[in-house]
Amino acid sequence: MFKLSSFFRLNLDLFWGRLFGILTAVVACLVGLILFFLVRESLPVFHELSWKDVFSKSEWYPMSGHFGMAGMVFATVAVAWGALLAATPFGIGCAVFMVFLAPRSLMIAMKMILAIGAGIPSVVFGLWGLTVLVPWIAEHQPPGASLLASIFILGLMILPTVALTSYSALLSLPSSLRQASLALGIGIKGHVLSVALPAAKNGLVAGMILALARAAGETMAVLMVSGNIAAFPSSIFDPVRTLTANIALEMSYATGQHRAALFASGLLLAICVLVMVVFAHFFQRHRIHE
Amino acid sequence: MSERLFEMIIWFVAALSFVLIGTLIFDIGRLGTSGLSFDFLTQLPVNSGRAGGILPILTSTLIVLCITLTFTVPLGIACSLWLSEFVERKNAAAQLAKIGLDALAGVPSIVMGLFGHVFFSQFLGFGFSLLSGGLTLSCMALPIFIKTTVEGLTALDSDWRRQAAALGLSKTTLVWNVLLPASSPAIAAGLILALGRATAESAALIFTSGYVDRMPESVFDSGRVLSVHIYDLAMNVTGGDKAAYATALTLTALILLINVFVIWVSEKWLKGGALNL
Amino acid sequence: MMSRFQKRVGFSFTTVALLFFNAAATAAPLKLVLTGSSTMAPLVSEIAKRFEAKNPDIRVDVQSGGSSRGMSDVRSGMADIGMVSRGLKAEEGDLVPHTIAIDVVGMIIHKKNPVVALTHQQILDIFTGKITNWKAVGGEDRKITVVNKAEGRSTLEIFLSYFKLNNRDIRAQVVVGENQQGIKSVAGNLGAIGYVSLGAAEFEEKNGTAIRLLPLSSLPASAENVRSGKFPMARPLNLITKGTNSDVGRRFIQYSQSSEVRDLVQAQFLFSPQP
Repeated sequence: MFKLSSFFRLNLDLFWGRLFGILTAVVACLVGLILFFLVRESLPVFHELSWKDVFSKSEWYPMSGHFGMAGMVFATVAVAWGALLAATPFGIGCAVFMVFLAPRSLMIAMKMILAIGAGIPSVVFGLWGLTVLVPWIAEHQPPGASLLASIFILGLMILPTVALTSYSALLSLPSSLRQASLALGIGIKGHVLSVALPAAKNGLVAGMILALARAAGETMAVLMVSGNIAAFPSSIFDPVRTLTANIALEMSYATGQHRAALFASGLLLAICVLVMVVFAHFFQRHRIHE
Repeated sequence: MSERLFEMIIWFVAALSFVLIGTLIFDIGRLGTSGLSFDFLTQLPVNSGRAGGILPILTSTLIVLCITLTFTVPLGIACSLWLSEFVERKNAAAQLAKIGLDALAGVPSIVMGLFGHVFFSQFLGFGFSLLSGGLTLSCMALPIFIKTTVEGLTALDSDWRRQAAALGLSKTTLVWNVLLPASSPAIAAGLILALGRATAESAALIFTSGYVDRMPESVFDSGRVLSVHIYDLAMNVTGGDKAAYATALTLTALILLINVFVIWVSEKWLKGGALNL
Repeated sequence: MMSRFQKRVGFSFTTVALLFFNAAATAAPLKLVLTGSSTMAPLVSEIAKRFEAKNPDIRVDVQSGGSSRGMSDVRSGMADIGMVSRGLKAEEGDLVPHTIAIDVVGMIIHKKNPVVALTHQQILDIFTGKITNWKAVGGEDRKITVVNKAEGRSTLEIFLSYFKLNNRDIRAQVVVGENQQGIKSVAGNLGAIGYVSLGAAEFEEKNGTAIRLLPLSSLPASAENVRSGKFPMARPLNLITKGTNSDVGRRFIQYSQSSEVRDLVQAQFLFSPQP
């Protein structure tokens, strides 16, 4: 009797294990499904032009058959990395402030502002950028809608993410580190720069990768402030168009080859981000082995 | 650089960040409150949203979130359990699945929108509908939810697993009666985190749940969500700015409610609520 | 704990089951699907609401997209009626247009720009990048910001055909999608010039937005001049169908052209095609 029930239990375990395994496989394969459909929908455009044309030219006039995306690829990378570079010192600064310097009341206020900031939808950032920030830049350096404006808005958008992830990375350090520094008479500056930040390095980088992915994938906010010119910018005050904005701007108006070309830009974007994610994954695995 | 200078720089950086984000929040509040009222939340939009309220849009948003929830919870819990309880950590298939999930989390929302449009709306024939929108959001929410839940499960005391094995309990019993209840705060936190992301989404939903601002009657109806409404009011409807900011304030408040809940739940979890079971 | 969790899962399933049941139980009403022009979508949505109120057994779904999308959806049968915010071309003879309103495209500059008028040639030179400073056309020493529309939008096509331009010749500094983005971009930039819906621009101008309309013709933009086709850059807003049309579709189009919806047309800052 006992044997029978234990056999049954074992089978139940096996059943759940198999079922969950299959479901996990299904969910993990969604990425493949996404890529498959992107490829399928963008195939028509590749009958006419090669990857080389897409990457080397930046003339985007889909109505007359020009599908150069080089300028947009550059803009996507520039905007995402620019936003990350702008947000990182501020984000980590905020985190250091909250952990080491702030009085309790200010720490709570800061945390609240950051939490609210993280919750503001991107459309709202874009609306604010279009009606407040862009006119302000245009006064000094027309046209206003520019690489700079996009970097500013996206940087502001990912600042809470960077700050909050850095905060939890610093907070999760063992308190013995701080005590050791105190015992050795190392001040806050020395502790932060030589002990805490290096020790929390992996957590900080993980947060930055998260922020970078969000910046690269952002659409609506960028569409509203970037100016949407598909050419290479010659300065930071020049307008740019990112791959995401390109899709959102033209997708609902596109048919035929034009639509296929937009799907191709989606595919390109997805591949960029996937490469980044796989890279991050191996980075994190490395961390576990350390 | 002296100690004092370093502290001043940090104070300055923090103050600047505080002021910048604070200004933005203040602006939204200032511009949004003038149009916000009880009527605004409970009336139908009139004249393309310039007047009237956002009741159908709020309803559509909540229904889309419910659909997202319905697909995300069971699937997400199944995946999390498999990854944390049913396979070895070094298992190649599990590693591959984790990469797949991370990749899924990294897919930009606009690309997810394209996929949702082609797969759910066209290939599966759901058309522009709340269902298509909810399913697309599920694809975005699942990896976030799974990641948090797996972390929650992994953080549980492994003694429980050993004790359960010593008692001859089956894995099924252990999971359903011990591990899942104990990690429920983490599950809730992951869920709300994923929902927060989904609520703010606009790019993916324009292509899937659509533009119709009527009160939805079934999940196969098209319905406009809050963020799409903001975009339309700000970009396409002349004289819609006031309503756009009021809707933005509503949406921010909705997400804030979810966020506050997350912080509350996760802090409770951090203080060891689960382990004091 | 356990039971609460189970309840939560159970609740979700019940919700979905109910929603599906709801979908199946409601007697499927006649559904009319319209897709196309984002300029027309707000107007047609309003018309659809009024039409539904009169015909409770009919559901009209309006999806915003673009004119070319509306056209392809009607051809493929995805939509019953398309919304196209321009006249049909000769090669589009397989489709039947039904004009429900007229929109006029107007040139706008920033309110504080001292330039009062531009000639046809000056606008042409500005948009093709031959003139890049307002000084050259009698304004202040300020760089010109050309605000153009994204490819696929009918406003762009109207503009290009009126000025006989190819989009590749235009040297724009900002490309916008929707109408309001154009207005906001010009209002926020002292050196900007762009083109948007005339009605919308007039409304914004009256309400203190920092833009000013440039006259393109000596004629006032009166309903009469617009209807007679004398006014430049006017475009019909059309509902289009394939040759055959369902009874419901025909009724909706007739209703959209009737005097019952004239106030809705005006509320969207558009002109009625019939006096």
